[in-house]
Amino acid sequence: MARTMKLRIFRGNSKDGGLQDVSVEANEGEVILDVIHRVQAEQIGDLAVRWNCKAGKCGSCSVEINGKPRLACMTQVASFDEAETVTITPLRAFPVIKDLVTDVSFNYKKAMEVRAYEPPADLKPGEARMQQIDVERSQEFRKCIECFLCQNTCHVIRDHEENKKSFAGPRFFIRLAELDMHPLDTLRNRKQSAQEEHGLGMCNITKCCTEVCPEHIRITDNAIIPMKERVVDVKYDPLRWLGSVIRKREGIN
Amino acid sequence: MAIDSDTKTSKTGVFSQGRAKLAARTYRTDKWWIQPAITAGVLFLFIVYATYRAFENGKYFAAPLISPFYSPCLAQNCVKGSTSFVGTFFGTWHVFGMTVSPSLFILIFPLAFRMTCYYYRKSYYRSFWMSPPACAVAEPHKKYTGETRAPLIIQNGHRYAFYAGLVLNVFLTIDAVQAFRNAQGQWGHMSVGTLVLTANASFLWLYSASCHTCRHTIGGRLRNFSAHPIRYKLWGWVSVLNHKHQEFAWISLFGVAFADFYVRQVSGGSIRNLYFF
Repeated sequence: MARTMKLRIFRGNSKDGGLQDVSVEANEGEVILDVIHRVQAEQIGDLAVRWNCKAGKCGSCSVEINGKPRLACMTQVASFDEAETVTITPLRAFPVIKDLVTDVSFNYKKAMEVRAYEPPADLKPGEARMQQIDVERSQEFRKCIECFLCQNTCHVIRDHEENKKSFAGPRFFIRLAELDMHPLDTLRNRKQSAQEEHGLGMCNITKCCTEVCPEHIRITDNAIIPMKERVVDVKYDPLRWLGSVIRKREGIN
Repeated sequence: MAIDSDTKTSKTGVFSQGRAKLAARTYRTDKWWIQPAITAGVLFLFIVYATYRAFENGKYFAAPLISPFYSPCLAQNCVKGSTSFVGTFFGTWHVFGMTVSPSLFILIFPLAFRMTCYYYRKSYYRSFWMSPPACAVAEPHKKYTGETRAPLIIQNGHRYAFYAGLVLNVFLTIDAVQAFRNAQGQWGHMSVGTLVLTANASFLWLYSASCHTCRHTIGGRLRNFSAHPIRYKLWGWVSVLNHKHQEFAWISLFGVAFADFYVRQVSGGSIRNLYFF
């Protein structure tokens, strides 16, 4: 059954802008991205919105709906009351390009700073073998669709622009965790670099990244906290350090 | 169609240059402040109660029950019968003319365990320090360095607080076992106090076993599960508990406060410890 939906949509760019009131028809079963497209088609032809798959798998349509970072294509119209005015804004941790489209290149720069997987030097292509239980652990992190909602909601950079230089963010902490937990990765200083180069210590584990993840990756419990504990192993635990010296072993197998 | 162009001129956080010119610190419409407010309120009440009880230095023993706030009782001024079987390591200390409560020698350990706990960190960073108060709600602080420098870098010592907590759990478990006696020290009896102390010890074990450091120590630190099948199995079990760490954190907090309150009431004569047999 069709209904009229009241929206407040951000219109503007990095220099100026504000919220624009819009009323638009919404049909049963539709998602917010549908109504944004209807506004675009019928009322504001130049409304900018980034989207692609409309299935919650490409991570393109990340916006903030009533202040919560969400995928527009996965937010049901039916989840809002008819009388409610729904506010749709771009991600507020990144520079806005136009309307609902933000410049997320910060994340691509951070991705490049994470050193790639390094297999053993004598391992030839096609020879790598892993047990299923070792694969499963990192498969959770592989579900990431790079919507950057976790990056957007993380207060370390959302509320402190100056921290962007030294803080990689939750999306890249799961990448670091995946690599550090990889049985065949030979790069042994990932823990140190997580702390010293990627700013893991800045995280105060308030779990907002986990709360907004549309893939339900347990970012904090399964990646960030395990990485923090691994950092403690090599940097802050004198007994672990002593043990590693006495037993002359490098890291943990 | 009206355009609301009321924008802030502040240059930090969500108002930084280049970001969408939006006036509000948050556009959340739900009651996001309720959870941090409740958390702050409950933790504050616990802190007030625990502080009062720690300094009260009395009403903590009613044979065979001892309050978890005072166990193990390691000072010479512990009330008769409450002294721990491991002996008294501390004399009767006085500060500014006041006798130091035996509780103060041990409460520092569970305090350290909970203060550095990953769950409680989330709770108090949000509810007391508002860093952030809730997700996508701008925090009020101008600067943020997280846990990279003093004093918060000490959070990295959580594992030592965890080890100390395990030792205390052992003592509290012994207290629960000893509560299967009557006031004259004869075994084979069970009272409401027995249930209270047993539940308290059980909740504390669940809280400790579900701890992130426990999960890491038992197997999380491995990079090759398939080479350590037993540790992998244990890690799996601890991971199941870890899902409920938040719940265990609260239950055990209420449990220890209630156990202390019960012993206090029995010790003070307000209620009688009812024996089942």
